[in-house]
Amino acid sequence: MKKIIALLLVLCMSFALLAGCGGSTESAAPESSAPESSAPESSAPEAGDKVVKIGVFEPATGDSASGGKKEMLGMQYANSITPTVEVGGETYTVELVYADNGSTTDKAPSAASQLVGENVAIVLGSYGSGVSIAGGPIFDDAGLPALGVTCTNPNVTAGNDYYFRICFLDNFQADVLANFAMDKFDAQVAYCLGENGNEYDQGLIAFFEQVFTAAGGTVIKDSFPQNNSDFSTYLNKAKSEGADVIFTPVSIAYATQILSQAASLGIEAPFLGSDTLDDNMVLEAIKGTDIELYVSTFYQEGGDPDFDAGIKEYINSSADILAANGGNDTISAVTAMGYDAYYVALEAMKLAGSVEPADIKAAMWDVTYTGVSGDIAFEEVNGDAIRDTAFIKTANTADGTWTLETVQTGSGQ
Amino acid sequence: MEYAISILLSGISVGGQYALIAIGYTMVYGILRLINFAHGDVFMVAGLMGIYFTSWLTSVMSPGAAVLCSLLLVIVMTVLLGFIIERVAYKPLRSAPRMSVMISAIGVSYLLQNTATYITGGQPMTYPSIPFLFDTVTVAGNNIKWAVLLTPVLVIILVLALTQLINRTKVGMAMRAVAKDFETSRLMGIKINSVISVTFVIGSALAAVGSILYFTNYQSIVPTAGAMPGLKAFVAAVFGGIGSVPGAVIGAFIIGICETIIKGLPSAWDVSVFSDAFTFALLIVILVFKPTGLFGEKATDKV
Repeated sequence: MKKIIALLLVLCMSFALLAGCGGSTESAAPESSAPESSAPESSAPEAGDKVVKIGVFEPATGDSASGGKKEMLGMQYANSITPTVEVGGETYTVELVYADNGSTTDKAPSAASQLVGENVAIVLGSYGSGVSIAGGPIFDDAGLPALGVTCTNPNVTAGNDYYFRICFLDNFQADVLANFAMDKFDAQVAYCLGENGNEYDQGLIAFFEQVFTAAGGTVIKDSFPQNNSDFSTYLNKAKSEGADVIFTPVSIAYATQILSQAASLGIEAPFLGSDTLDDNMVLEAIKGTDIELYVSTFYQEGGDPDFDAGIKEYINSSADILAANGGNDTISAVTAMGYDAYYVALEAMKLAGSVEPADIKAAMWDVTYTGVSGDIAFEEVNGDAIRDTAFIKTANTADGTWTLETVQTGSGQ
Repeated sequence: MEYAISILLSGISVGGQYALIAIGYTMVYGILRLINFAHGDVFMVAGLMGIYFTSWLTSVMSPGAAVLCSLLLVIVMTVLLGFIIERVAYKPLRSAPRMSVMISAIGVSYLLQNTATYITGGQPMTYPSIPFLFDTVTVAGNNIKWAVLLTPVLVIILVLALTQLINRTKVGMAMRAVAKDFETSRLMGIKINSVISVTFVIGSALAAVGSILYFTNYQSIVPTAGAMPGLKAFVAAVFGGIGSVPGAVIGAFIIGICETIIKGLPSAWDVSVFSDAFTFALLIVILVFKPTGLFGEKATDKV
């Protein structure tokens, strides 16, 4: 009897598996044949039926999920306002196709391949430089243009012909923060703490060290292992070595832990953070404490009142969206950047007059667009955005909001 | 000096939290010869339950009472979870080869992690601030949470109580008998299923207490939050001699303190990165030179 049940179970499971495989090949088949069949008929007028897919390469799970979801919100909001695009005299409906890179570099390549398999015209993302670097070669091989939204590490676009980005770079950001530390706090000793093996963290710390030591300061560096949760030792070390500022360019999950542990340890040195720390979960973690936190970022609430009002209404329109934004309607800079990225992608399609990846890539170099986060244009070598300003915000721990500290340009290196 | 004390304090607290998880590993191994890989995830689920119960109860009663009730509820529900896992995933495999049970344990571990990812959406969740445990106190110039101070004390009390239970009571005697010989104790009329259930209940309750102390200190919970502490507690259990409760506790404290000392060494030496590597290097060394651990029985069973 038991054997029969076991056999039946095995049969059921294998059928389910087969059904799953069958389903995906069936659904993939019309997609792959769609461009072929529609190409010869493109002269025939069938407006409204045409679909162009934009791939969203973002973390929906893992350490950076919180940031990834906020960046996606900006794209979804832009898509809800402008669901169609006019390319070469035809109206295409824009469809967002999602692939979750899980915040880890080992899942990123398969998520990237998934988007390539879906025949998207262009990819947006990802939040987090490490996963973008890991996914980059897949897009490069497939000839699919990718538009980085907030991945700030120089290696994302360097040597990758198909990766563009609309944000500033880490060497610029680190320069801004190091100068800010010198100007504002007369800092002589900086303690830098990052995750071991994370390109984003380590890259920023290396650039920060360059600028800070060149200006006569001393840098103490530490790396914590992945999944570490006890930061009190590092923070006590920073305190005992007399750090004037503590620089923690880490992902949100670690930032909330570091800052809340620092609050209970009574660390008095101000914290400097990179663009990742501009997140309302970080604000939530230090609300009501005495922590001083300054972050450099892409956008400050109030920069474009129309956008602010619209996105707040969108965030409050459903409980799911509100939860994705961390439970309140504070606007993250990454949301504004996601919004701009969507329009830059549409702009590239219009300029190319085509929805073929190769044409979009060729047109991308000449795209200029004025978004809510400022003017966007791409430089000639790597396809990085030409940006010369960063906003430095400080956390108001009494009521859990951001206050604009200063708008800083780099030292012009 | 102030700095040295701060390192020692956080080492003791980290060790204490590992100890509470390690006891669950070592007891289950002692009786079933099973490494319960799902134990670290039970610990994580207990943490998540703390978050959800507190936010749910706060809407019904005053915040203080809500936290207390939710802590009790967390312990009860974690015990129930441990009990159900044993009944559903391990009991039907009682006569199966040991390897099958271990694979089942790995399956349960992934099931719990993925369910947690589904429910939380993969976002890090923030553990509620528990009154008193979360408050800070100044010891030799260091601000530390009461939870940190309380952990080692609580661990010692619990271990003493547990050894009394194992050595002095009828259930304890049954446990020791089952650990010695499964079949014979069954012949002697011991209800081995209830003895095993009691073991899982105790292990899960300790994991729940551990999760309260751990997440009060490190407030962010992701679905993989149980994996690292679970692995380290497992190393601690092996280090102390798997199957021995005092051994697991001593192993956990040694690992916790060594780990924090390595993290706290001067940055110029650039060794703080190796704090995790140290733990697992220790595991290899122990397995090579003293496979039975510090206080292990002389068993030649292979896992």
